[in-house]
Formats: sequence, C-alpha cells, structure tokens
Amino acid sequence: MIVAVASGKGGTGKTTVSTSLALVAAEKGKVCFLDCDVEEPNAHIILKPRLSGQEAVRVRVPVIEQERCTLCGRCADVCAFHALVVLPQEVMVFSPMCHGCGGCWHLCPAGAIHPGWREIGQMEEGECGKIRFVHGRLKVGEAMSPPLIRAVKQRAQAGALNIVDAPPGTSCPVVAAVEGADFCLLVTEPTPFGLHDLELAWEMVSQLGIPCGVVVNRSDGRDEPVEEFCRTRNLPLLMRLPLDRDVARGYARGIPPIAVHPAWKGHFRELLHAISERAGLKCAKS
Amino acid sequence: MKVAICAQGTHLDAPMDLRFGRCPYFVVADPQTGEWEHVPNPGPGAAGGAGIQAAQLMIKLKVDAVITGRLGPNAMEVLKKAGIKVYEGTVGTVRQNLEAYRQNRLPLLTQPNAPGGHKP
Ligand code: SF4
Ligand code: SF4
Repeated sequence: MIVAVASGKGGTGKTTVSTSLALVAAEKGKVCFLDCDVEEPNAHIILKPRLSGQEAVRVRVPVIEQERCTLCGRCADVCAFHALVVLPQEVMVFSPMCHGCGGCWHLCPAGAIHPGWREIGQMEEGECGKIRFVHGRLKVGEAMSPPLIRAVKQRAQAGALNIVDAPPGTSCPVVAAVEGADFCLLVTEPTPFGLHDLELAWEMVSQLGIPCGVVVNRSDGRDEPVEEFCRTRNLPLLMRLPLDRDVARGYARGIPPIAVHPAWKGHFRELLHAISERAGLKCAKS
Repeated sequence: MKVAICAQGTHLDAPMDLRFGRCPYFVVADPQTGEWEHVPNPGPGAAGGAGIQAAQLMIKLKVDAVITGRLGPNAMEVLKKAGIKVYEGTVGTVRQNLEAYRQNRLPLLTQPNAPGGHKP
C-alpha cells in the first residue's frame, strides 16, 4: 500500500505527520519511507537513517555531433521547450530546459544528434531501525524533479506500508509524487491561507482519482472553516494535532513529536487504522 | 546592416519595449537606408525559454545588433555566440532609439542585466 502525505504549501508540518506515521506503523509491520520532497528533503533529520547506498539519477539529453550537423534548424523548430538554438556555426543545447522527449534526435535529418545523459540528482537509501528509508536530492539549480521523484518511488516495497512524503504545492513534482498512491493525506493549518492551499491540493488529488483525508496541524481549536470545507466535499477529517510549543521545539532539534508526547502515538495509530480502512476500499487486492 | 528594436507596437513611432524575450514585436530597421519592417516575437506566448526563442529569431533574421532594455543570461549567451551586438535602449519610441543608435549614443551591453526568467 502506498500512502502519500501532501500539503498545498510548505510549512504545514507535513513531515511531522509523515515521519510520525512511519514510526508508529513500524511498531507493527514493514514500513518503507520515501522522501520525495527532493528539493528540500528533511525527513532524514527526524528519522536519522543510516544511509548505505547512493545512486545518480540521470535523464536523456541531446548530444550534437557538430561535424555531421548541416545547421538546417530542424531541431530548434521541433523542440517544444526551446532547449536548442541553431547558431550560424553550431547548435547550442540548454540542458536545464530539455525534457528529454527525444524529438530532436528522432527528427534530425542528418543523424547528427544522439541521446546522452545528464545527472539531475542523487538517490540515497538506508535503514532507520525497522524502517527502510529512501530519499532523493535534486542538484542545486536543477528544475526537472519528476524523474528523480519517480526513481525514489520505484523503491516502494511490495507488502510494506510505503509512505511518500510529497513536495509542497500543486505543480508537476507533486503530481509525480502522489500519482499511483492508494491514499493521500492532506496536511493543513487552520488559517485562511491554509484552507485555500488545501482546496487546491484536494482538487489535484481528486483529479488523480486518489481517495484522501485531511489532517489539521497546529490546531487552535477553531477549525470551523476546515470542518465546513471537509463536510461539503465529503472529505474525512482524520486527525487534529494541537498547537504545541514543546513539539515545535523538539521538531526543530530533530526529535519526532511522538517522542516528545508519547500519548500522541495513539492519535497516529487511529490515523493509520482509518487510512487502511479507506485505502482498502479502493485496493482490496494489494 | 540590420538592427532589431524591441517594440510595443508594429511601427517606428511605437514605444520601445524594454523586455527582450517578452516584447510583442521587433521593429527590424536598416539604419543606413531607413527601411524597416515589423516581426512578431514568438516569445510572449511561450511557457518558458522566451529569451532563447527570441534570440533564435534574431539569428534567423540575420540582424547585426539588438536594442533592448533588459537581457537574461541565456539570451545573452546565444547572441554573443552568434556575434550579434546588444545595445541598451531607453524609454522612448523605436525611432528615437534608432536615432540614438545611429549617433552612437547607446551603451553596448556585454553582460546580462536581468535574471533568467526561464522555467522549463
Ligand atoms: S536538425 Fe540536425 S542537422 Fe539540423 S541543425 Fe539540428 S542537429 Fe544540425
Ligand atoms: S530531447 Fe526534446 S526537449 Fe530535449 S532538446 Fe530534444 S526536442 Fe528538446
């Protein structure tokens, strides 16, 4: 089973929820944690895995054989991402713009382009106690994160509870992270901004056909707008974590909330139970 | 000799546009003969890489110089490699900037003066 943890924006405490869920679930069964927030991975600060493996993740990029090139201009016309420029004397490749679609090397009439490789980041993996841990680190300045996110997700283990920590927001990288999940937790804050971002995230996840539920973090007890939102969308509000200074302080020092307040374990066990029930409705087989 | 000026409209008396990748038109003029034409910029509609695309257009048009207000690093690199000179124009009409160019009053740009706006 794959459970994605997402939020419409950063700073809602998404990783607090995903890591606590992993720690609690690992007391009962196999857990694999996949940190797909590849621009700013930070679950390792809480889970403190022992990393044992590293792998470069690469994407295709055109390599031009300038001697064969006739400067016909076809490749630059074909590239929808404007990653190629045909100069009077050579062809220039702007690798960061390239999506690796292959259009240029298939269509070059002179056969002057062949596919090469470009590294976009590193995948690291290891263990933290009984949890299998994988995360991706996107290279600084790199904009193409979905291939790295998919590489991390490929490490999901059959028969385990796979927890995907998705990047914040609602753009392509989030879709890449959440796609294929059996359930998606949407973490939000009870503020007007939080609600707006929750709505965007919910729209995206429901378009992907993934059942979801809401977790309100740092609740001050006045969550009526979120409750109202959930009620009208028939969206389950699965958990509420109160605003808690000790938890915030612990988190800043890399201590998981359930270690600060062992009583919170109960909340996460219930959350886990609610997720398996709802995800089970969709995928009784896996 | 051909000079392309970033323009908000399609003629010599249109205001100059300070943007390179996202100006709606280029007025391409010959400062010696005074002949000119306008060319729409494909950049404004592009999701990303507008500056690169506009620079490619300059190469296709075989211009010798570009008059713009701001230029990002990618477009600068392309124009430099293609041997196209870049001059920094000022607020005013296309005609005024062309005249200033003819009188050698426009500063030559050799470094990008705007951040890259590209988002793949
Ligand atoms: S399509 Fe091939 S031959 Fe034509 S400009 Fe591009 S690389 Fe050169
Ligand atoms: S592979 Fe696709 S995106 Fe990359 S340069 Fe070629 S045509 Fe453009």
